[in-house]
Amino acid sequence: MSKLNKTVISQKEMLAASAQKLATGVGKKVAHESAARHITGEAIYIDDRLEYPNQLHLYPVLSDVAHGVITHVNIEQCLKVTGVERVILAKDIPGDPDIGPVLPGDPLLAADKVEYIGQVIAIVAANSLAIAKKAASLVQVKITPLEAVLNVVQAHNLKHYVMDPHSHSIGDASKALATAQHSIKGELEIGGQEHFYLETQICSTVPTEEGGMQVYTSSQHPSEVQKLVAQVIGVAQHKVIVDMRRMGGGFGGKETQAAQPACLAALTSFLTGKPCKMRLPRELDMRMTGKRHPFVVQFEVGFDDQGLLSGLKLDLLADCGYSPDLSGSIVDRAMFHADNAYYLGHADITGYRCKTHRASNTAYRGFGGPQGMVAIENIMDHIARYLKIDPLTVRKLNYYQKSHRNLTHYGQLVEGNLLDEMTAQLEESCEYQQRRQEIVKFNQQSSFMKKGIALTPVKFGISFTATFLNQGGALIHIYTDGSIHLNHGGTEMGQGLHTKVAQIVAEEFQVDIQHILVSATNTDKVPNTSPTAASSGTDINGKAAQNAARTIKQRLINFAAEHYQVAIDKISFVNNHIKLDKKVISFVELIQQAYFGQVSLSSTGFYKTPKIFYDREKASGTPFYYYSYGMSCSEVIIDTLTGEYKVLRADILHDVGDSLNSRLDIGQIEGGFVQGMGWMTTEELVWSDEGKLLTSNPMSYKIPAITDIPNDFRVKLVENRKNPEDTVYHSKAVGEPPFMLAISVWCALKDAVASLNNYNTQPRLNSPATPEAVLWAVQDIASSQAHLKPQEQVST
Amino acid sequence: MIEFLLHDEKITLDDIDPNTTVLEFLRNHRQLTGTKEGCASGDCGACTICIVELNTQNQLEYKSINACITFISALHGKQLISVEALKQQNQLHSCQQAMLDSDGSQCGFCTPGIVMSLFALQKNQASYNRHKVQQALAGNLCRCTGYRAIDSAAKQALNSSVVDHFDPQEPSTRALLLDIQQQSAHQTTQLIQDNKSCYIPKTAADLAQLLIKHPQSTLVAGGTDLAIAVTQHGASFNQLIALNQVAELLEYQKTDQQITLGAALSLDRCQRLMADTFDDFSVLLDRFASLQVRNQGTIGGNIANASPIGDIPPALIALDAQLQLQYDKTVRTMQLADFFIDYRKTALQTSEFITNIIIDIPTKPFIFKIYKISKRLDDDISALCAACFVQLDARNRVLKIRLAYGGMAAIAKRAVKTEQALLGKIWSVENIAFAANCLSDDFQPLSDFRASSEYRLTVAKNLLHKFFIESADYDVTGCDVTASDNAEFASHTRIFDYV
Repeated sequence: MSKLNKTVISQKEMLAASAQKLATGVGKKVAHESAARHITGEAIYIDDRLEYPNQLHLYPVLSDVAHGVITHVNIEQCLKVTGVERVILAKDIPGDPDIGPVLPGDPLLAADKVEYIGQVIAIVAANSLAIAKKAASLVQVKITPLEAVLNVVQAHNLKHYVMDPHSHSIGDASKALATAQHSIKGELEIGGQEHFYLETQICSTVPTEEGGMQVYTSSQHPSEVQKLVAQVIGVAQHKVIVDMRRMGGGFGGKETQAAQPACLAALTSFLTGKPCKMRLPRELDMRMTGKRHPFVVQFEVGFDDQGLLSGLKLDLLADCGYSPDLSGSIVDRAMFHADNAYYLGHADITGYRCKTHRASNTAYRGFGGPQGMVAIENIMDHIARYLKIDPLTVRKLNYYQKSHRNLTHYGQLVEGNLLDEMTAQLEESCEYQQRRQEIVKFNQQSSFMKKGIALTPVKFGISFTATFLNQGGALIHIYTDGSIHLNHGGTEMGQGLHTKVAQIVAEEFQVDIQHILVSATNTDKVPNTSPTAASSGTDINGKAAQNAARTIKQRLINFAAEHYQVAIDKISFVNNHIKLDKKVISFVELIQQAYFGQVSLSSTGFYKTPKIFYDREKASGTPFYYYSYGMSCSEVIIDTLTGEYKVLRADILHDVGDSLNSRLDIGQIEGGFVQGMGWMTTEELVWSDEGKLLTSNPMSYKIPAITDIPNDFRVKLVENRKNPEDTVYHSKAVGEPPFMLAISVWCALKDAVASLNNYNTQPRLNSPATPEAVLWAVQDIASSQAHLKPQEQVST
Repeated sequence: MIEFLLHDEKITLDDIDPNTTVLEFLRNHRQLTGTKEGCASGDCGACTICIVELNTQNQLEYKSINACITFISALHGKQLISVEALKQQNQLHSCQQAMLDSDGSQCGFCTPGIVMSLFALQKNQASYNRHKVQQALAGNLCRCTGYRAIDSAAKQALNSSVVDHFDPQEPSTRALLLDIQQQSAHQTTQLIQDNKSCYIPKTAADLAQLLIKHPQSTLVAGGTDLAIAVTQHGASFNQLIALNQVAELLEYQKTDQQITLGAALSLDRCQRLMADTFDDFSVLLDRFASLQVRNQGTIGGNIANASPIGDIPPALIALDAQLQLQYDKTVRTMQLADFFIDYRKTALQTSEFITNIIIDIPTKPFIFKIYKISKRLDDDISALCAACFVQLDARNRVLKIRLAYGGMAAIAKRAVKTEQALLGKIWSVENIAFAANCLSDDFQPLSDFRASSEYRLTVAKNLLHKFFIESADYDVTGCDVTASDNAEFASHTRIFDYV
């Protein structure tokens, strides 16, 4: 501990201290603020909160029909169960029954029709979860089934959309394709992904005396929970207070879809006057909530003899589930990232938001970006196999350039381009070319075990594409003992946001981080916040906190100048002390004097991201403040007899600008990569023909476990590359971009399969590449040899 | 009544619903909320706790288990250590310190479980070994970190040999546990609340009598499958009989000719007992569920369960194992292969129970290989499991062959037609290819979310080829292939050899 609280130390000691650098400020390797409580079990999640004597627990009654009309609901038997307090149906909602985040379409409780298996029809409130669950099974629901659309291509053919299609265009794609030296047509299926946050959706509510609601939610978007709870129970927003200390993982799954359990708990509290808790058991969570959007990609690409893209037509068919949710922005982001790192030249990219009778798919780390990137990376591999050259050569050839070939298909110039230098650095450090040779040799000698390697780039645009969301807020109080209370609009889901924001404030005031407490995100401290999403948490809230700190700091400087009679330019804050020309005082001394000097020691801070705009009508603008870059090279081995595989090695080079905290950044990169790897390999969502999710628990849905990670896992941050934009301490966002580094694993698997035909054929391998999918790709390539499948018509 | 230690406090429970899980007990009865519920099905490890029990030498053994699928009765005579007990006088335990130093937590929800798995590992493992760490943590899912940091934490925790505050307490813990054991000695104890009851017999004779008296009761061994009926499917058992304290069912015998395993021995214990005789059995057990489940689940349970995708049945059928079943005082012996009648239907009669599993050790030379195929390498249920046993004569002809499969039919069973196609034939690639085609006569597997029918059949055929490839170093002169010197070859035929 520093000596902040000790007021009696000598001037000499203070001078010595002020000559030292702050140990816990920006750029320092500080541990996660909650780590010491995570490891002891002392960190409190909502389900760990003490319950009230009159606590109610909620359990839902779900639709078992994918699409149908509710003809009858009978709750009599259920109400007879001892311990059941109330059963709530749509008709009981006093306010707005729809909780759609952007557009309506998400009924809190299904009233007359159901649109997916798992949709909530009724809520049973009882004095224990076990009773509520048992009683819920006694609610009788009759549904007349209607025809369900359960396939994205079928939905597309029927023009069964949740929103209208949207296109980006650059140049003349049709003409370019007609005149291309070579062209390929193809289709690719990309699976969805369950978030599998370890803490399932949960909310706890307590009615307040004003007729409002105190809400404890596990949500990435407390302000939206506040708004929706207020609308559902029909009160003004100021009567609803939302408190969000921490989530046991979010990954996008708690951006909009934490609102339903919150609104259901609040509604029940409102109707019964009792505290309510709704915690979704794992299986229900997986059935009720949406996932990453599955996509079907249809493409036609033209290129020259070297593999340079000359034209592209890309249709992205997104399976949005039954309602819009955030699909508008998600499919937009897929389109924005369908170039990944490549200059497209002439391209038409269209996103279709297909409506299927499944849970409404939602935000998930990358927010559509991964699907767009997989589409173009698949095309890069296609071109390489067709031309019989190394895929890395094709990738490098098509990279955006710095002074020309740098305009995206949505009109933004690619600036601060690190693609070439990062690729060169990683290609050398991971010895790509040498290992490529070794792998070719290995594959010639090995009869049924085959290796593959791939190096793929990531260029990810940072900012909410809904421009208004790019705002952050913060609140700082300094108390008379010098301790600092910090609050901001972002939420902590494990990423270390609170730690980074505290480091920023620590740096501004030059006090050590242990004197700064970041409290629970709370709508009565910072209002009207944006979701903690789009990797923007630190960018917007860190800047807002910095602004709040600077406001107070300026007041302190003005006060000190007058109080101590020192010129303003002679005053500086250094390592828990304030230098006043030749004299040094402690931070706490200044705070105490400022208090007696009647200086306000509290301030809000606000920030909005500059420069960005996007005109959706024209499909053009500068939606992103900057781009984050990453590179990864993965090596895999496959067993061609079984389709099983293992990632042998992964080398990652990632750009976070000037890192605020490399420990946290590396944690995001490693975690994102492994999560992405899961998405593209073992995480397979399977539905029955009736639309019921069959992989609805961790027994059947397999996220990566410890053995799945690369045997040799090397992660490095790009050094000495500040963000050229004026972001907080020139750092870059890190939440989402590393997820897409895992595309290299999938490409490496395809590379291993392609070795079976001497790298002359693009394997038919969709995502996720389960062992079964790999085996079929192996068998397909072994039986087809040089022949191409009819689906991939090639013309020259 | 059951008695156990919660940390160092002796707990006596009498009036408690025996359907209560240890997780519910900790969180709801004792407000110890450090242990988390992530799935309530034993698949994520967020609820991992450590159980300390006396072994046959009265030494303390530390085992990680899933609190969410362990019934409270399992605690009798044991010490339960949850994450709250690790930090002592504001001093982090070395496993906690390692997790802190290595950034092993992000959202923190899986963290207490990971800390407990590391704690149990540290108590059992002197130094860092990547494979052992993977074994210990494969049942702890983390969605945030990507595990590399957790592996680093394990390295730190295992390479710093620190005496913790449990070590000096061991003598008193042992004394307390012995005291509980001696008090209830050979007497059956019971948990009872309202109409729910659980008997905990100590002898096979008492168990036999209880089963005759209560023929409708449900037997619970490790409970790793049965508890899921409670936590996931809303079941509540009126009459349970716990097998985990029945002395005879925990015995084992090992001679040069035979291995006899008590039905209530944990899968982890069985793995250790079988490892040096059948190394592929050990390789299979490495990938059987998670260590938490193997510590709690029993070999008898995996058999009695009669799941078509259980991994123990095909492995033991290929070894021609026998079962001993007891009713009252009568013991009968039958082939394991005959035990499975139909989907989840066995030859077990009312009031009868499995006492032992007997495996005759085949005369050398022989080759015995097991292949488990699943979507994820660790802690996943098999899409299919193939266990292959063959003995050849001096002229390279098939003398004996047993090919047993799980996941290919409603029960684990042998591929009779395929075996016949090979019996007496030369062990050659041509004959294998011919025989592989017979697999589609033996099996018409189902398609489900784990794999399609075509995949199962194709891989079953390919695995027969792999078995042949792996038998290339089979020495007809008598060298035991399973302990072959030719490890170089054997280590390159499976994906797991590259982990």
